[in-house]
Amino acid sequence: MKFIRNLVDSVKPNFEKGGRFEKLHPAFEAFETLLFVPGHTTSSGVHVRDAIDLKRTMFMVIIALIPTMLFGMWNVGYQHYLAYGMEVSLLDNFMFGFWKVLPIIIVSYSVGLGAEFIVGVIRNHPISEGYLVTGLLIPLTLPVTIPLWMVALAAIFCTVLGKEVFGGTGMNFMNPALLARVFLFFAFPAFMSGDIWTDLSPEAGHALVDAYSGATNLVTFDANFTKLPSISDMFWGFEQGSIGETSAFACLLGALFLIVTGIGSWQIVVSCVLGVLLMGSLLNGLAPADIPTHAMHTPAYSHLLMGGFAFGAVYMATDPVSAAQTEKGKWIYGLLIGAFTVVLRVFNPAYPEGVMLSILLMNVFAPLIDHIVVEQHIKNRKRRA
Amino acid sequence: MSKTITIKRGYDINIKGVAERRITPLPFSDVIALKPHNFPTIIPKLLVEVGQEVLAGQPLFFDKNNPRIHFPSPVSGEVVEIVRGEKRRITEVRVLPDEEIRYQAFSVINLQEADREAIIERLLESGCWSYIKQRPYSLIANPDDTPKAIFVSCFDSAPLAPDLGFIIEQERESFQTGLQALNQLSHGHLHLSLRKERNERLTDSDIKDISVGSLHHFKGPHPAGNVGVQIHHIAPIQKGEIVWYVHPQDVIIIGRLFDEGRYRANRVVALTGACAIGPQYFNVITGQQISSLTDNRLSSEDYRLIQGNILTGATTKADDFLSFYENQLTVIPEGKEPEFLGWILPQFKKLSLSRSYFSWLTPNRTYNLNTNTNGEERAFVLTGQYDKVLPMNIFPVYLLKAILARDIERMEELGIYEVAEEDFALCEFGCTSKIDVQRIIADGLDYIRREG
Repeated sequence: MKFIRNLVDSVKPNFEKGGRFEKLHPAFEAFETLLFVPGHTTSSGVHVRDAIDLKRTMFMVIIALIPTMLFGMWNVGYQHYLAYGMEVSLLDNFMFGFWKVLPIIIVSYSVGLGAEFIVGVIRNHPISEGYLVTGLLIPLTLPVTIPLWMVALAAIFCTVLGKEVFGGTGMNFMNPALLARVFLFFAFPAFMSGDIWTDLSPEAGHALVDAYSGATNLVTFDANFTKLPSISDMFWGFEQGSIGETSAFACLLGALFLIVTGIGSWQIVVSCVLGVLLMGSLLNGLAPADIPTHAMHTPAYSHLLMGGFAFGAVYMATDPVSAAQTEKGKWIYGLLIGAFTVVLRVFNPAYPEGVMLSILLMNVFAPLIDHIVVEQHIKNRKRRA
Repeated sequence: MSKTITIKRGYDINIKGVAERRITPLPFSDVIALKPHNFPTIIPKLLVEVGQEVLAGQPLFFDKNNPRIHFPSPVSGEVVEIVRGEKRRITEVRVLPDEEIRYQAFSVINLQEADREAIIERLLESGCWSYIKQRPYSLIANPDDTPKAIFVSCFDSAPLAPDLGFIIEQERESFQTGLQALNQLSHGHLHLSLRKERNERLTDSDIKDISVGSLHHFKGPHPAGNVGVQIHHIAPIQKGEIVWYVHPQDVIIIGRLFDEGRYRANRVVALTGACAIGPQYFNVITGQQISSLTDNRLSSEDYRLIQGNILTGATTKADDFLSFYENQLTVIPEGKEPEFLGWILPQFKKLSLSRSYFSWLTPNRTYNLNTNTNGEERAFVLTGQYDKVLPMNIFPVYLLKAILARDIERMEELGIYEVAEEDFALCEFGCTSKIDVQRIIADGLDYIRREG
């Protein structure tokens, strides 16, 4: 450690004011503070500070993402070998997925962080740690077959147009990772829907099994909800979908971690779930009785397990920057996300992934929700007089 | 028996260096000083010159904005130096204390019969008026105002704060006399707050003999002892209203004025913190040089000396002088050492209000905290953090944003008149983004006082 510190200190003058690489100071500082919590001391106000900072916060979210990432890697392999009717070991499944997913993660991080560093250097502002999480979220929301250059494009788009143009982490009004996904979804629909969910790179001596179908459960249920995979498959995640989204169980682990550490808002997670259950039940009640397979008949709890709802509710909706910020506002925000997710899924087959669009929609409405809550608060304060 | 008010949102920071309940009287330091900048917003005009002999209680300077408010010398002796800073602003008036203090005599008045005006006149004349402060703005009260109520918080909940019950116990009679005077000033609207739980020395029976005001019991963590929080829960301040408040130690000084007919500015100050050897209480005089309390009583080289507590105090040096209202000195280690991968490691020794460290599992542990910021300043990211430690019906982040936007109407709507910097200290402590919350609040109050 002493050695690393000395090394950092020895190159530091080059990046200080008047140094050779003065312009690269934000980039250097980002690296330095990644290695060392700086020895800054309080100068005004409180003399001691809580141990938490934004880096720690982001690190907690990364830990919460690990279950979905590991499961996603395994599932990529599992789906691949399933399509070819091959039985392989747990490790083989995982390693197949690992080598498929790793490049996507590396591209996402390196390109996104690169974009962030460039903007930081050009505008001479400190590089924030927000991308540590975004960089992992993007791959987990994409199909494994996505071309790497698209990942790169999405990372640049969401960093520059989703965040930096507004002033960086904390100033954006939409979740950057979700913005990356929605960008790819509309720009390259052929790569984001259809038979793209399973990696079908050829296996020598094996052909695709007849039972293979590339349809995700979101497409299946729209035609005939009784054809959905079993509840347990959907819960554990033995199904096709984006890399990280399939396992509701892994998302649940992440949710527990985020809620216990207090980093994610439990109000948002719970209200998203409630929103889905309420809207799902309402649609059950209104469903046409003469078409027993109609999507409106889908049991409300299936919506919790289908598609990316669990992933979205746990990791995307809880993003504190783009979510509602008041306590009451968080409940309204979550309920509406849940409700819109079900509505979009059931009534708009063109956009099967309802949760992505409804979170982005509520990101836009969050300031309005907060405004109403604050106005109400002010009224209550006046009434107290 | 009054109702107990329970404060739920807040936090008690347990750190090392609680003062032992032992009072050591200290001799006067070589020089005693009164510092005008202890009284924000006043414009000092000198009443003495270098070489002049003064008595204890004789005014050294007055406020140009309100010439009735003057600031008395805590000791008798010779004025030896007027220290001036930038633009010749007076920063210190130094007095060489006599060995035996000679007091300016004030005739004794009978509190039971005296009317409000006579009490105000006596407080102004003796300089004790400057102990009476007002909310909003936490400034010295204006004697022409009639406050809605007067508050005395009889406990301090801040980290390592002195035990006010223990201090009051030393001079219970003077405390009671002081309360009587305040009761008369408040037309009977005097509110006292006691701490419900723990082994507080001050109990109902101590106050019962004083047939004044109303008694409130507070329960819960810091900032339950903050007078602003208590006012918020008992008699919230609306626009245009004024509330006065006095610290118990200053109530004692006011009491002495009426009991003894003199301005006797002795106070008990607690020396606390991890870097203090044998933290304890000292009986000193207002304006005492700090080195007389700290010499040979500090354990480390690299420390920070704070007048007040770790949340709201001001950094000071040993050759500085005790502030006019000060009751506590805290000495904690500086934290200039960078820490390798500090944000990734589990870190069992760190304190955090969040649960991203393990401190939430051991709520009663005592910590040795240093002055490291533990991270860099960022934009607002996390939400709901401030609300957990601000026990007021106020939306802290929206108030802060209204202040940053200089939107006076919004600040008023969101309750700026009810708050003071100290109420937001815990928000600042726990802030993930390391934002200077107290400075923003102070700016807002200052702005609205000048422009509003």
